[in-house]
Amino acid sequence: MPDLLLELYSEEIPARMQAVAQENLRKLVTGKLVDAGLTYEGTKAFSTPRRLALTVQGMLARAPDFREEKKGPRVGAPDGAIQGFLKSAGLKSIGEAKIQQDKKGDFYVALIERKGRPAAEVIAEIVPEVVRNFPWPKSMRWGAGTLAWVRPLHSILCTFGPETEEPEVVHFEIDGIKSGNITFGHPMLAPGPIEVKRTGDWMEKLHKARVVVDRDWRKAEIMADAKNLALAQGLELVEDEGLLDEVAGLVERPVVLVGEFDKTYLDLPPEVIRATIRNNQKCFVLRDAKTGKLANKFILVSNLEAKDGGAAIKAGNARVIRARLADAKFFWEQDRKIKLEERAKKLEGIVFHKKLGTQAERVERIARLAAELAPIVKADPKKKAAQAARLAKTDLVTEMVGEFPELQGLMGKYYALAEKIDPEVAAAIEEHYKPQGPSDRVPTAPVSVAVALADKIDTLVGFWAIDEKPTGSKDPYALRRAALGVLRIILDNRLPISLRSLVESHLEHSFHKPYLSEASRIDNLMAFFEDRLKVQLRDQHARHDLVDAVLEIGSLVEGEAATLVVDRVTALGKFLDTEDGKNLLVGFRRAANILRDEEKRDKRHYSDEPSEKLFSLPEEKSLFSSIQAAEQAAATALSKNDYESAMAAIAKLRAPVDAFFDKVTVNADDPKLRENRLKLLDRIRAATRPVADFSKIGG
Amino acid sequence: MTQLAAESLKPERSFQGLILALQTFWAEQGCVILQPYDMEMGAGTFHPATTLRALGPRPWKAAYVQPSRRPKDGRYGENPNRLQHYYQFQAILKPSPADIQELYLKSLARIGIDQKLHDIRFVEDDWESPTLGASGLGWECWCDGMEVSQFTYFQQVAGFECTPVSGELTYGLERLAMYVQGVENVFDLNFNGREDAEKVTYGDVFLQAEQEYSRYNFEAADTEMLFRHFKDAEEECKRILKIGDKDKRHEMALPAYDQCIKASHIFNLLDARGVISVTERQSYIARVRELAKACGAAWLKTAGGGAAALKA
Repeated sequence: MPDLLLELYSEEIPARMQAVAQENLRKLVTGKLVDAGLTYEGTKAFSTPRRLALTVQGMLARAPDFREEKKGPRVGAPDGAIQGFLKSAGLKSIGEAKIQQDKKGDFYVALIERKGRPAAEVIAEIVPEVVRNFPWPKSMRWGAGTLAWVRPLHSILCTFGPETEEPEVVHFEIDGIKSGNITFGHPMLAPGPIEVKRTGDWMEKLHKARVVVDRDWRKAEIMADAKNLALAQGLELVEDEGLLDEVAGLVERPVVLVGEFDKTYLDLPPEVIRATIRNNQKCFVLRDAKTGKLANKFILVSNLEAKDGGAAIKAGNARVIRARLADAKFFWEQDRKIKLEERAKKLEGIVFHKKLGTQAERVERIARLAAELAPIVKADPKKKAAQAARLAKTDLVTEMVGEFPELQGLMGKYYALAEKIDPEVAAAIEEHYKPQGPSDRVPTAPVSVAVALADKIDTLVGFWAIDEKPTGSKDPYALRRAALGVLRIILDNRLPISLRSLVESHLEHSFHKPYLSEASRIDNLMAFFEDRLKVQLRDQHARHDLVDAVLEIGSLVEGEAATLVVDRVTALGKFLDTEDGKNLLVGFRRAANILRDEEKRDKRHYSDEPSEKLFSLPEEKSLFSSIQAAEQAAATALSKNDYESAMAAIAKLRAPVDAFFDKVTVNADDPKLRENRLKLLDRIRAATRPVADFSKIGG
Repeated sequence: MTQLAAESLKPERSFQGLILALQTFWAEQGCVILQPYDMEMGAGTFHPATTLRALGPRPWKAAYVQPSRRPKDGRYGENPNRLQHYYQFQAILKPSPADIQELYLKSLARIGIDQKLHDIRFVEDDWESPTLGASGLGWECWCDGMEVSQFTYFQQVAGFECTPVSGELTYGLERLAMYVQGVENVFDLNFNGREDAEKVTYGDVFLQAEQEYSRYNFEAADTEMLFRHFKDAEEECKRILKIGDKDKRHEMALPAYDQCIKASHIFNLLDARGVISVTERQSYIARVRELAKACGAAWLKTAGGGAAALKA
């Protein structure tokens, strides 16, 4: 069966876009092939800086013929219906349709037959369409043309044919570029045109022309060579998946080399060395496998097998890295000459947000809240948390963070330690940004927790107070991440605090008029927190009906502590996994269903106390006394937030509930008995209510 | 030419030799070789031969050196890499030819960068100039890990779509020269390619200027006067644009654009003096952009901008 080979050869495609683009090319082309009835056995996509390519193996040479009987209107139907049918079936006159008969009478049937088109013809149609509408994150025009591509597109190779025969060029033209069977080798080492037949010789010839078309292969080569070179130096590679991805997109064929820088730069913090070498030069760093300390060597991935073995390339890169490290060292030395406390003044000149004031004003708010939080999170003394908050943003005005924004917090810690500031305070300066993302660590040291919470809560309260909430996919201030961070800190540290009280207190203390502080705004922020909590619980595979059942009896909006909500969901889940739990749920539902029907019929509620005098059967009495006992036991347990015991108490209702439904007819003939029994059913519903709203539980 | 003269003009030997080699190379490609524009500007792109000529349908090929003034980058001559005044070499080709990348590589070979020895890389770097209302896609070009040029396909200038698209190449001359001369400090560059008593370094030519201008830019420039001059340039630009506008034609697009260049440089000076706050900054940039857009619109109504000749 024939194979398709398609290569789009252009100027350098941004590294970060290549992997997605090769996948898009695969999806778009194969999707359209299948739509046209052309199925295949397999595909593979490729990308290098200069090309995107795709092979589709084992394709049909021709789409299968298409045959369909299309049922039309009845004979004698109005002309409009007939005309519509002719149009949709592609017939010229109704005479071309057949007449068939069914129970209702005669109707028209059109036989639609289409010859399957040859694959090459379909490909010639599909590829230009895909190219013209390709979903690049950013595309451009060039020269005098109108086509948009990520960078100028120079040539298109497109062949189709079986393994055993000479494949043919699939001919088409896009904005003056004619498809052909020509590719080009490495731009420096083998720039000439190369004639290609099919995938196999395309890969082989390009390999000879110093191009490795397979992205994963290039990555594997880089990793293997880098590790070997590191080992040869007695060192270990500091692996970096993001960087690996990027450099694999910067070379047609990787040539891995080791360079060296002056040992004196090792005095710099390792994160600074790594940021300098990684961000600016896209090189890997190496470390001593035993001590874990960085070495004064780096791994660079070049695009050239140079005739001098790479000596000039190494020297050039080392020179640039030396200059960069010299800059970093200069920053490191200059920055430490000014105390962080001194720097805090500079924050007065930096606007955080035009409605939320300067960084200095923000820092004061965070410090106040951190001090309020200190006793709750056991950060002692209070002033440590406030001090940490006041220093937390000072590194934003250092040279180093100006150059490497991703080192914010970390540099503050280094500079604080250099000043001999309390290590807990120094740690909090770094950790107050955490957790940054789902995989980031949650701070646990009390001072860090206080500042981390205060920072995030201030941001959230502030943006709610000026009515700049995230909408849809727009969340420019990363407020979702901040809210999730708050919840993770609270939950991981098991802080039994009401988030709502904190929010209210912070609004009252720090956001006076003209800020907005009405209750509905707080409700809205708390609901936002609650949504994040639901997402978080869902990610942990909690059942969302259980979350709803628990939130129904105590939500963040109402001021419930998030830790309680989570504990309840866990306990409820465990309870429902037991036999008692399952059966009690069945009993609850039965009671609720009967009540719903009868209350609807009688147009009244049965929520008042049943009368003990009217109990005529022992099962009634026993159920009633069990309910009273369970309620009391559950209430005692709940007052101690002992949710599991509360569940256990409610679980005791299972036997009496089962016995009740077994022996007692609710809809008794005597209306008084019936009424009393309905009231008793209502008590079952009410008894479960303090632990969860059972009516929300599904499944 | 004597042996000595020829030797001293090799791009590896002298700063001026490098400039001459680039000029000769681009002249061979049919570019008009212009001289620097006689105004202070932050980058070669501001030269009307780029900004304005990139607009409209008429083909255009030019190359020139442009002194670039970046008041904020001054370091009193103490930093080996940073200058408040440096040279850019600019080539603009409109429409961008299919082989522009090859031409660029050949130009590097011409100044002594052997591509079988050095690792040349095109690393994504999209360009945007908020003051010019301009943007383009392209790369920063790396030689052994060092950025030596900026390569841009203009998509928009002065708020107008570029059709056809111009290809712009900007070489950081000092950096390139440092690389090919193997020098670590810009002030050590050999300027004239001679040795010993006859040798003139970049420092001999510019060190004093860097010191003096750093003082002026950061400490001495009269900010009140500059604020006034900014306003003057802005008003003059608008005034010229208004009186030059003859409905379908514009008769003074170029003088108006000079005032836009002037306003932009004064803004840079004010910025270096630290008297423009973060919020004000945006509004100043927007004001210059408005001028640039209006000048672009005026240019499109001139012969150079491709407006049809008026009927007699």
